[in-house]
Amino acid sequence: MGNSPHTDGIVAGRISADAVADNFSDLHPPLDDHEALVAADRCYFCYDAPCQTACPTSIDIPLFIRQIATGTAESAAETIFEQNILGGMCARVCPTETLCEEVCVREVAEGKPVLIGQLQRYATDKVMAQGKHPFTRATATGKSVAVVGAGPAGLSAAHRLAMLGHEVEVYDARPKGGGLNEFGIAAYKSVDGFAQAEVDWLLQIGGIDMKYDQRLGEGLTLEYLQGRHDAVFLGVGLGGVNALRAEGEDKEGVRDAVDFIAELRQADDLTTLPVGRRVVVIGGGMTAIDAAVQSKMLGAQDVTVAYRRDKSAMGASEFEQVLATSHGVRIEFNAQPVRVLGNGKVTGVEFARTTSTGGELTPTGETFEIPADQVFKAIGQTLTTDAGLTVERGKIAVNETGRTSVLGIWAGGDCASGGDDLTVTAVAEGRDAAMDIHATLMGEGA
Amino acid sequence: MADLRSEFVGIKSPNPFWLASAPPTDKEYNVRRAYEAGWGGVVWKTLGEEGPPVVNVNGPRYGAIFGADRRLLGLNNIELITDRPLQQNLREIKAVKRDYPDRALIVSLMVPCEEDAWKAILPVVEETGADGIELNFGCPHGMAERGMGSAVGQVPEYIEMVTRWCKQNTRMPVIVKLTPNITDVRYPAQAAKRGGADAVSLINTINSITSVNLDNFAPEPTIDGKGSHGGYCGPAVKPIAMNMVAEIARSPETAGLPMSGIGGITTWRDAAEFMSLGCGNVQVCTAAMTYGFKVVQEMISGLGQWMDEKGHASIDDVVGRAVPNVRDWQHLNLNHVTKARISQDDCIKCGRCFAACEDTSHQAISMSADRVFEVMDDECVACNLCVNVCPVEGCITMETLEPGMVDERTGQVVSAEHGDWTTHPNNPSVVAAE
Repeated sequence: MGNSPHTDGIVAGRISADAVADNFSDLHPPLDDHEALVAADRCYFCYDAPCQTACPTSIDIPLFIRQIATGTAESAAETIFEQNILGGMCARVCPTETLCEEVCVREVAEGKPVLIGQLQRYATDKVMAQGKHPFTRATATGKSVAVVGAGPAGLSAAHRLAMLGHEVEVYDARPKGGGLNEFGIAAYKSVDGFAQAEVDWLLQIGGIDMKYDQRLGEGLTLEYLQGRHDAVFLGVGLGGVNALRAEGEDKEGVRDAVDFIAELRQADDLTTLPVGRRVVVIGGGMTAIDAAVQSKMLGAQDVTVAYRRDKSAMGASEFEQVLATSHGVRIEFNAQPVRVLGNGKVTGVEFARTTSTGGELTPTGETFEIPADQVFKAIGQTLTTDAGLTVERGKIAVNETGRTSVLGIWAGGDCASGGDDLTVTAVAEGRDAAMDIHATLMGEGA
Repeated sequence: MADLRSEFVGIKSPNPFWLASAPPTDKEYNVRRAYEAGWGGVVWKTLGEEGPPVVNVNGPRYGAIFGADRRLLGLNNIELITDRPLQQNLREIKAVKRDYPDRALIVSLMVPCEEDAWKAILPVVEETGADGIELNFGCPHGMAERGMGSAVGQVPEYIEMVTRWCKQNTRMPVIVKLTPNITDVRYPAQAAKRGGADAVSLINTINSITSVNLDNFAPEPTIDGKGSHGGYCGPAVKPIAMNMVAEIARSPETAGLPMSGIGGITTWRDAAEFMSLGCGNVQVCTAAMTYGFKVVQEMISGLGQWMDEKGHASIDDVVGRAVPNVRDWQHLNLNHVTKARISQDDCIKCGRCFAACEDTSHQAISMSADRVFEVMDDECVACNLCVNVCPVEGCITMETLEPGMVDERTGQVVSAEHGDWTTHPNNPSVVAAE
């Protein structure tokens, strides 16, 4: 095709197929048996372990690591899956450096935590590669539950409910399941179709009927679901994208980062995926980093993440920031977009320099421009439908077990209040809501 | 630099590190390489009598126990004595000794329990110019079934008899190698001394099964689905060996009998510990088999550095220094009171001390909501378990209560006087004596 990183405009094939394949290979290659034993040996088997406390799904980490160390990775996987049925994906995408591994006593002591995430992947991969599903369903309860959204929260809830003996129908707006695992996260964190393989593996529990291409609010209504089922769980995520509220954001070449990532995740051949020569990503979260790094991996020449506040306020973890900068992405802090430049097609973004000490965002009066032929907006997502439920700070209001303002309807994951937009938190919320649904339904029956 | 030269029962070597009789010393090629690497001496792998040599198994000879990261902690073997012809070994011994006159070369021997057999082999060994002989009364497998090795070492009368035969039939110093597969090592040591032994060396390997294959239920190493007990050695056996050494050193019947220490010596520190318990030198096998001959260089430099730091000029300044401090339990001072102390600066908050104390000891460590672990002096019996399970060296220490201070656990004032079980009021023997 003759394109290179220096070709102007938004074009495909900037680097060779081999280079793309190399860039999008596994971020952390899996541990082999010996590496896993060495890593597991470092665990101190702490009392009331800080790592377990830090895990949103409360996985018994010391126990599963000891099970790996004694050559029983299958038992280790069961320990993980009991708490987190998406333990395989969480092993890949969890920001362990701010969760379990941050509080590992060996991180505190030596700056080198036990490789908890990679050990979790070792155990879960082993079992999933065997195609084994460690759980069986309880006696049928005769109850039926609707789960809306086949992302981490919905899948977690559906699995737990099916395991407890309920019949589950899962509705999802997309043509396949997985939610952000399939459409949202960076490709190099979930290679070889892992997200779909995980959904298929999870469904082996049985009793879960998947219904795709059904979007809540577009034909599918809460009333219908309530009439058909004994309970409803909503895990619909955040489908909308915040506007820049900067002049010119409708110019050609400006796009939502989540759409770019979804297209990238679904592309069969990444060398056909176009990307700009000079890319500006506006935002400071994981999505901004994922869009920026993947742009660079596709061969963009210059990629800048522009964030309006300072480094300490950035939503993306330190690990993600280093990942970005080590791939040649530049992070511009204290840069607030003022207008998108260009005559029809974007040519750059004008920013106002800010100060944000003490949380207060103040323009300094200085402005500057960053040239761009592609701009990605990654400044947060919004709820697309509240389905008539009480909303609290833009999310469906829930209590600690996921109950919404309407009896019989639970919610969890990114769409619900209280979480922190992490996969692992969504899994925990789905599981906990399922337990509450079960207790409620069986309480009624008793 | 401290003087590491060693003279053991008249045998001189440039340092106290000898290679024990084992596969590393089975032939000229290895022994030359060992000397070049710096080993002070070698005990040549055990020779048998003239005639067709023994045969070894043709499957695995070793089994192992591992620590973290496959660190080899214990090794077990079912190998026999040399399986090479006697004359070939003798020729090689003579050649090596001629080329390395400053190094010790001892020949290990095992022939049937008949005087004629010993009379036959002693002169031919002496003719090689070897510095001494070591009687292998320890091998626990194979040879013992034929009335040799530990079958001799387990009967003090046989030890005495064979030792005497050797002393009567050679001018070479005689070292008797003892088996640990007995109930009380002092009796075979006394027998060796009565027979006229110049020294004893200990320990030989310990009867062991290192593991069982859970697929076919066969002990390992497995030969065609079956396994035999083998001889256990390596770092795991060091505590057992050191106790046996100390028992001989402090027993009035054998005190002063020269000892060559063997059993899991891996570093200079292990060697220094054996020597402090009365060994004039040490013998090494597993460390060399694990890491190669080069390990001796760390042993030499480490021992020298430590001796320099402590002001010990020669090996003799070290040998036996710990022996007076090895005592029977009844003589330990019960008025010595210590308490565990946890350094909050060093603590990494793993909670292992808490789990150990709370679940298995004396419930003497408290844990706060923010994971601060502290010792409760009114419960602490100073058992030391927290020190031993703490992963941070030096984080938990034992503090001695000075005389006059109050032990909060007992409410008693700490006495400056020595008071042990022999005088304790709870000891019925004391009451009976009054």
